[in-house]
Amino acid sequence: MAVNRREFLKIAGLSAALSLGGKAAFELVLPGQVDAAQMSRPPQALQGTHWSMVIDLSKFKTEADALALEKVCHKEHNVPFIHSKQNIKWIWPTKFEHAFPGLENQQIPAEILETPVLVMCNHCENPPCVRACPTQATFKRASDGIVMMDMHRCIGCRFCMAACPFGSRSFNFADPRRFFKDGKLPNPNYPTRTRGVVEKCNFCAERLAVGKLPACVEASKDGQLIFGDLNDPRSEVRKALRANYSIRRKPELGTGPSVYYLV
Amino acid sequence: MLEKAITGSKNYWAWLAFLLAVIIAGVLAYMQQWNLGLSITGMSRDVSWGFYIAQFTFLVGVAASAVMLVTPFYLHNYKDFGRITILGEFLAIAAVTMCLLFIIVDLGKPMRALNVLLHPTPNSILFWDMIVLNGYLAINLVVGWVVLKAERKQLPPPGWIKPIIYLSIPWAVSIHTVTAFLYAGLPGRGYWLTAILAPRFLASAFASGPSVLILLSLFLRKFTKFDAGKEAIQSLAKIVTYAIILNLFFLSLEFFTVFYSQIPSHMTHLEYLFAGYHGYGALVPWMWASMICGFAAIAILINPKTRRKEPVLAVAAVLVFICTWIDKGMGMISGGFVPNPLHEVTEYAPTGLELTITFGVYAVGIMVLTILYKVATGVKEEIGDLKPGDVVASH
Repeated sequence: MAVNRREFLKIAGLSAALSLGGKAAFELVLPGQVDAAQMSRPPQALQGTHWSMVIDLSKFKTEADALALEKVCHKEHNVPFIHSKQNIKWIWPTKFEHAFPGLENQQIPAEILETPVLVMCNHCENPPCVRACPTQATFKRASDGIVMMDMHRCIGCRFCMAACPFGSRSFNFADPRRFFKDGKLPNPNYPTRTRGVVEKCNFCAERLAVGKLPACVEASKDGQLIFGDLNDPRSEVRKALRANYSIRRKPELGTGPSVYYLV
Repeated sequence: MLEKAITGSKNYWAWLAFLLAVIIAGVLAYMQQWNLGLSITGMSRDVSWGFYIAQFTFLVGVAASAVMLVTPFYLHNYKDFGRITILGEFLAIAAVTMCLLFIIVDLGKPMRALNVLLHPTPNSILFWDMIVLNGYLAINLVVGWVVLKAERKQLPPPGWIKPIIYLSIPWAVSIHTVTAFLYAGLPGRGYWLTAILAPRFLASAFASGPSVLILLSLFLRKFTKFDAGKEAIQSLAKIVTYAIILNLFFLSLEFFTVFYSQIPSHMTHLEYLFAGYHGYGALVPWMWASMICGFAAIAILINPKTRRKEPVLAVAAVLVFICTWIDKGMGMISGGFVPNPLHEVTEYAPTGLELTITFGVYAVGIMVLTILYKVATGVKEEIGDLKPGDVVASH
């Protein structure tokens, strides 16, 4: 059967439309499975299926305690210090009333209300940012539950920032490299970002892959921060959560934060 | 038919030259943004969407309003609108063009915009917004052009266009519903987390769009030979009347739920917008100006005596436009971000460069509108359809 030019164009157009639609349909049924071909983990990597952090607020006395950990993280990941409202933060201390709005009341002991509370990406079990992202540039890693960013795919629409109920995401309004003196990076082994993409805490995925704990956890003293696999009953986080009453930020929103706080 | 756009009076060319100058200023400002990033805007870590997304939201409404002409004419055979549905469709084309441009200028990485197609993600509302907006643009281009072409030949439009015209009706509703879903599905943003957001958007759309059409019709009567007709303009005025009342009614429902339930995370945003929050209140005068304009417009529109006087009606149309523009173009987006999820306040105001880019995008849309309207009125003039009743509707 001879196909004339008109018919050929029709078929070509139709198959292009179908293949686009086909992929979309597949995504609807099995979200995230299309690109699931992930590399196997290196043997020295820490093993875990649901990374989680426990923050023991009683171990933080002054704001300096918390700021020290922020500094370690931001140095490790080349997060620039920008003195403006267009700043970038991966982990930072705030007040109890800001970390847990609605939970504060006047009867809470003053030392708790004044305790610096470290906040960061909660690596939610049901992350609204992942739901909102139009390109899957932010995604939940199936193997260990870390909510990650693909800096090369992000289009900078900032839908994830509107979707995050914890204010955990930052946008590179300017070229972040311009904020390092003489272009010297605090950590030459970690990439910098480009202008126009969103970033946030990645639970130090790059360190876990080589058998190291997250930088903030490593730098913390005396069990301020505990890190481990929430699915492993013998893990340090599970022990801490068994022994203490814990709270999470905005549990009523159903996002299921993986960061727990001991008050 | 485009040849109609390349002949025109001195004023026509002067107007296009003016728009071109505004566009060039916008392009120059955008080059700054291209080089320095969105740091040239007033947006921040806390208010991460600003003027661009707000204008986008407002203009989706203007675009959707074409349905207010298409539905009465094609579904209810309301003849007075037959001569001006083309004005609604061409307005929709110009408005959607602006919407798409506002999305592009808002992107941090505009050269990666096609990643949305490369990695289609049905769970993202932005993916669907891309589909409905581009689809709506295509529908209105095809329908507007084909129907006008048939009109020029004084033939009924081809039969295959009818299903596309019918499709444009739910499609118009979809563009503003999906745009509302961008906001209304986000946990932790109390101002937007309300099921009435989409109806509110639609009501405000059906008030603002037809108001623009009234003003455009009066403008065309004055500066071209085309007269939309008193009846058609009065019918538009009635649509605006119902829609602006519904819009403010829906807003009052919002107020009731928020302030009777007294849930802090929902109250804080309305408090910020209408009374100020913790000493911050940059938008308070604007929001009250919006309310005053809305109620003043209702006072004019609801009374047939004032509504029927066209100069007074024009004032009401301007008031409705201001009311809905402030509500969506200023309060809706930054109001949702203040206070932030940690109940801290960072206020937002656009920068000069941001405004220049915004004006540039508006100028592009107005240029598209000018050219399309020049074509439409040129065709009307050619076939002698200048006043109602001049030409017996052939479709």
